Amino acid sequence: MSSSEQPCPLSHTEMIDAWFLEHRAKVLDLAAFLDRLDRPTGPQSDDFRIEALRNAITLLIDGQGDRTRRIQMMLSDQSSEPIDAAPMQGALGAIPPADAP
Amino acid sequence: MKYIDPHIHMVSRTTDDYRRMAQAGCVAITEPAFWAGFDRCSVDGFRDYYRQLTDTEPKRAAHYGIKHHCWLCINPKEAEDIGFAREVMSAIPEFLDRHNVLGIGEIGLNKNSKNELSVLEAHLALAKERDTLVLVHTPHLEDKYKGTMLIMDAVANAGLDSDRVLIDHVEEHTVGAVLDRGFWAGMTLYPDTKCTPQRAVDILERWGTDRIWMNSAGDWGDSDPLAVPKARMEMKRRRHPAAMIEQVTFGNPVAFLGRSPNFSVDV
Repeated sequence: MSSSEQPCPLSHTEMIDAWFLEHRAKVLDLAAFLDRLDRPTGPQSDDFRIEALRNAITLLIDGQGDRTRRIQMMLSDQSSEPIDAAPMQGALGAIPPADAP
Repeated sequence: MKYIDPHIHMVSRTTDDYRRMAQAGCVAITEPAFWAGFDRCSVDGFRDYYRQLTDTEPKRAAHYGIKHHCWLCINPKEAEDIGFAREVMSAIPEFLDRHNVLGIGEIGLNKNSKNELSVLEAHLALAKERDTLVLVHTPHLEDKYKGTMLIMDAVANAGLDSDRVLIDHVEEHTVGAVLDRGFWAGMTLYPDTKCTPQRAVDILERWGTDRIWMNSAGDWGDSDPLAVPKARMEMKRRRHPAAMIEQVTFGNPVAFLGRSPNFSVDV
């Protein structure tokens, strides 16, 4: 633990009591989203964003800590040079295949 | 308990929001210049926006006992047209001495392009010349990590003191580097992108409460002008001490913003 850390004062059980139901609901939302993708109108597509989401889910249960930062990095452009021109104004949330490292 | 929302776009919010924020304890805000949701087509359009930030909004806020301050710039989403961006920038000095202007912001990068970086460098040079504070926007989602690293290098190259620069919209993968390099860090509380109040409090627990604040960045999109009091409630729910809550949502903003002679709040 670094000197700047200020741990949550709650016990492990108190944390579970406080947030289990909220996150149980979030897991069900995620499952329902993936189920929804299984029943589209028309053919399914291979979308890099869903591939990124599946990779993030794998990371969630790999038994290692620091999950949030590691998922953020998995979803981040890690190149270091500015690009020639902005292709759009928005962001997609994951790295398009052509830009993947 | 009073708080400051140090990043909120009140030009996009209703008077009801001012009322609810005041009722929740908000005593001061700062409003960076930003993208209106569409690209403006004239320099005079920006002049009108800067008048709104320096004249109209302070009056609207004062009606609810809230001190209003602002930052001026052309935002990175409108920086790809570098000629137009430089024209807009030439108008900024006309407004920098107005009573509620704290400095240059929210400048930064959006898609991490070469033109965006050139316009960022021009803003940093202006901030250095006028010795103002700087508020920096970091890119969204997949572009944030790279953009944050490029921005920190640009600030260092411009010769600005990192202690007078706040890097906003930090998340778990950028907050450590921002604090390690001596900058101030802002966490933005958004429903879907950036940080939820819960994750923001997690970040405080992991990276500490020095040189960091929280804001709602409430604007015309999905956002919540009461996000800061909701994060305060999350800290209270976890039984963090009142002094820690006060530091992050009032004391730290006062410490950073108070370096501008134009910042004032009743303490």
